[in-house]
Amino acid sequence: MSPTYAQYTEGEPVADAAAPPGDISERWDRRRFTARLVNPANRRRYKVIVVGTGLAGGAAGATLAEQGYHVVQFCYQDSPRRAHSIAAQGGTNAAKNYRNDGDSVHRLFYDTVKGGDFRARESNVRRLAQVSVEIIDQCVAQGVPFAREYGGLLDTRSFGGVQVSRTFYARGQTGQQLLLGAYQALSRQIEAGNVEMHPRTEMLDLVVVDGRARGIVARDLVTGRIETHLADAVVLATGGYGNVFYLSTNAKNSNATAIWRAHRRGAYFANPCFTQIHPTCIPRSGAHQSKLTLMSESLRNDGRIWVPRAHGDTRPPNAIPEDERDYYLERLYPSFGNLVPRDIASRAAKNVCDEGRGVGPGGQGVYLDFADAIGRLGREAVEERYGNLFEMYERITAEDPYQVPMRIYPAIHYTMGGLWVDYDLQTTVPGLFAIGEANFSDHGANRLGASALMQGLADGYFILPATIGDFLARHRPEEVSPDHPAVAEAVADTEDRLNLLLAVGGDRTPDSFHRELGELLWDECGMARTEPGLRKALERIPALREEFWRRIKVPGTGAELNQSLEKANRIADYLELAELMCLDALHRAESCGGHFREESQTPDGEAARDDEHFSYAAAWEFTATGTAPVLHREDLEFEYVIPTQRSYQ
Amino acid sequence: MKVTLRVWRQPGPDATGEMVSYEVEDATPEMSFLEVLDTLNERLILTGDEPVAFDHDCREGICGACGVVINGQAHGPERTTACQLHMRSFADGDVIDVEPWRAAAFPVVKDLVVDRSAFDRIIGAGGYITAPTGSAPDAHATPVPKPAAETAFEHAECIGCGACVAACPNGSAMLFTAAKVVHLGALPQGAPERESRVLDMIGRMDDEGFGGCTNTGECAVACPKGIPLQAISSLNREFLRAARKSA
Amino acid sequence: MGRPLLTVTVMALTTKSASKPASDKRTSGKRTSGKPAPEPTRPKRYPPSLPALLWRSTVGKKTVLAVTGLIMVGYLVAHLVGNIKIFFGAEEFNSYGHWLRTLGGPVLHYEWALWMIRVVLVAAVVLHGVTAYQLSRRDIAARPVAYVHKRRRASYATRTMRWGGVILGLFVVWHILDLTTLTVNENARTGHPYENTVATFSTWYGNTIYITAMLALGLHLRHGFWSAVQTLGAASPARERALRVVTDTSALVLTGGFISIPVAVMTGVVN
Repeated sequence: MSPTYAQYTEGEPVADAAAPPGDISERWDRRRFTARLVNPANRRRYKVIVVGTGLAGGAAGATLAEQGYHVVQFCYQDSPRRAHSIAAQGGTNAAKNYRNDGDSVHRLFYDTVKGGDFRARESNVRRLAQVSVEIIDQCVAQGVPFAREYGGLLDTRSFGGVQVSRTFYARGQTGQQLLLGAYQALSRQIEAGNVEMHPRTEMLDLVVVDGRARGIVARDLVTGRIETHLADAVVLATGGYGNVFYLSTNAKNSNATAIWRAHRRGAYFANPCFTQIHPTCIPRSGAHQSKLTLMSESLRNDGRIWVPRAHGDTRPPNAIPEDERDYYLERLYPSFGNLVPRDIASRAAKNVCDEGRGVGPGGQGVYLDFADAIGRLGREAVEERYGNLFEMYERITAEDPYQVPMRIYPAIHYTMGGLWVDYDLQTTVPGLFAIGEANFSDHGANRLGASALMQGLADGYFILPATIGDFLARHRPEEVSPDHPAVAEAVADTEDRLNLLLAVGGDRTPDSFHRELGELLWDECGMARTEPGLRKALERIPALREEFWRRIKVPGTGAELNQSLEKANRIADYLELAELMCLDALHRAESCGGHFREESQTPDGEAARDDEHFSYAAAWEFTATGTAPVLHREDLEFEYVIPTQRSYQ
Repeated sequence: MKVTLRVWRQPGPDATGEMVSYEVEDATPEMSFLEVLDTLNERLILTGDEPVAFDHDCREGICGACGVVINGQAHGPERTTACQLHMRSFADGDVIDVEPWRAAAFPVVKDLVVDRSAFDRIIGAGGYITAPTGSAPDAHATPVPKPAAETAFEHAECIGCGACVAACPNGSAMLFTAAKVVHLGALPQGAPERESRVLDMIGRMDDEGFGGCTNTGECAVACPKGIPLQAISSLNREFLRAARKSA
Repeated sequence: MGRPLLTVTVMALTTKSASKPASDKRTSGKRTSGKPAPEPTRPKRYPPSLPALLWRSTVGKKTVLAVTGLIMVGYLVAHLVGNIKIFFGAEEFNSYGHWLRTLGGPVLHYEWALWMIRVVLVAAVVLHGVTAYQLSRRDIAARPVAYVHKRRRASYATRTMRWGGVILGLFVVWHILDLTTLTVNENARTGHPYENTVATFSTWYGNTIYITAMLALGLHLRHGFWSAVQTLGAASPARERALRVVTDTSALVLTGGFISIPVAVMTGVVN
């Protein structure tokens, strides 16, 4: 009998060879100095493909074009301005220490490594903290309207998991404002002819020629035409894969196809089971639910989370007296209270709901109460801070949060895992770079609030543009022939796959498969994972995949705008990725950050990390569909932030 | 609840379209309007029909991808985006007309999907502050008075959905253009390009085939983000100022 | 500093290019944002002259529309003040008519000032009409397909600007033929404006035409005056209320004032 998917083999360890040795605070400067430069006059001759136009992709496209490279950029949306970074609410961290509250680059570095439960690479995180400072300068210069104080200086607020105020924000729409800044810079380069923009075009495969990433296969979503685009380097800025769960806070069309296809072409996929469940989302209202909406974590600054003390208490919240309420985060974590990191807040909510103390329809919710804040600060102050979030909540639920506590429940929000990259953000396929949420490097097993925007912008504006030059300088700008067999093969693969999807003519819709897969993953690879559950999922997923290719029904043709075909093609990839996520979760028999294995917990129910056995990033190498992948470990060394059991009590 | 959707169906950009009626029996008041379209599409796929094509993405009212005219109103009866419109705004048995944005500058691609790339080109013409990466001074080098920051933010909230153009009887993009001009103009960082920005953006807006403003105010009523009509007056003022200074 | 203003691309604004069907421009229904800017339909000049900047853009043309409109409003106020004299008898009214012709004298020759006013007014009317026509053509072309589900929200005054403008244009022609050149006024006598006015308002059609036109004027002003202020960029939230009051009051006073004359003739107050 052939080995099952779970019987993976272990290959050579993988190491980050790009980070220079020496003192961590000097590594980035040293790397920038040792990086070879491309003569400015020659840059135009280098073509760089950037897939995605979010904070990372938009910033990278604009910056590379400013540097003089010829950029060819893609997004599946009708405009680069619609990338899902736009939905980020809370803010972006920066170690400016404008508050004089003890913040520093080193503290941001420390908080991020600790917040990530010691599963991130120190040198990358240190660089992120260093660059964070420049991001704010850059964005202010672009006209991003950050919140300001009456003196005209920038305002900041604090976020979960930290004790300094370092989060810069623009009301509850920070992602929107930062993205529009990047989009405008990109638009300027498009207008100048330095960026060739292809909206409504989705990458469906990676072209690898002689071991080097040389282009992509993409589908024009309007005409259905399959196109190949060839270049000297390819940058993936396609975001995370949270939509594998069907219900998540991701945009409906955010998908994993670009990174999954790159993985199939040789890029290692690291820590796929590290997914973040955000504690403050609006609970689902019924079976029709198509996505979940996040309420900014900043609400936890002033809102108090509670459930009734008694099981099955169905009284309306305002009728429950104070002494019959359980402010469980404040009780369990007195020093951080409602501001514990996301993974802890999420799991605590799950626990109280599992105990039968959840509120709202189906008992899948906890209260987030602003009565105290309104009493203390007045309604106006609360309105100024959270007005738009309250409005959004009321629009969705038809309940007024000024009168009745909000109901919230955790939801899939962010994926820390992604393509494995080295210090240069290069994947294991030379010439293929991954930036932003698409890579794995900075957040370890859990991301702190307001760090995603910081990382996307750091990668896009500052890091990739500095490191990609080193790669390009080592290669002459040479054209690949469109007739190269590797190109033809990638195109044929893509066409075959789409034709197959159209040809099945079964009796189930793409969404029905997506929902089924999502429920399975949420149950077995969601907030709490167990070995039997994961094994069950690993049995079920191949069966579901087989059923998918037998019973999928995709109407229409491939030569037109066909949203069902787009969906089906993405779900086909989720059905493979989900398997790897479950395997990764199964193999990591420890709890860390967002990955909670019930078998590995402390006596009081906290995540128990196992540094002796799992202090590594798991980078998986693809072999064949449904066949066990090969594990490559990248051992993590902690020289500056010594791992301790996280405690927020 | 049961509703009848009369939806504009048009197979492609050059095809002729028509309104087609569909009944959706299993809608609930908690559903968003787009979830009703999802429900309809699931059924259409199973019965072998073409599902209705419509743009959507974040479903949180911020990406600006969605946008259809519902009963003659851009984004429907509530002041929000179509994805944040819930069926509780309708009554059981309602007949709901669903049409794409209508404007010469927004040609129909398919069904309810239109091409709004003209907006991108207006931004490309001047809707930015030139600040190449690495060139920025410290963020606190130039304090920005809070009122200016607030004005900038309130106009920067535009999501580029195109409801203003769809609602305007002239298919005018003045509110969209004004929002960006006011946003950038309110900030000291935007001052050096103040004149070229407004002239270039208005020039491009005209080239793209948008109509002019006749001050009907429909755009501001339809705007899901509440960009005020006043922005257009500010845009006009900026234009005249720039025309005087540049001529 | 910003980019040189050489990049200013204010293109010719011809109704021809604007009315081109959308399908001519885009066959695929999709254009990449990377497409270079559309070719200017007229060569650029740097620096563009102010009239060129104004005439070539919608916003500029609306400025012309607004300014010419305001000139005419100013004239109407003066015109109404003069007309009110009809209530003080033939002698006062006729001598006012005579004064108009000698205005500016002895520096200006007989009727010179009057002709200057007329030239300005004709220029205003022509520019107002031409810009309104061109902008309307463009606006209609920008919305080639109507919504199936009809729904009106804009006020009546807003929606009737175009037809109201046409009615007023035709009225002005009749009004000049009737009371200036006296071509269509059967009982007219040169130099007797009081009697001529009474004669016009003694006929049913004279009254009908005049009153209809004045009602159209009221509606036109109600939207037009406010719109002009908005177009000239002088509107602000602080002024909004005051502006609405001024607009409505001036529309009401001008309409009521002008209509009071035929009413006075009909009721015999003036005869």
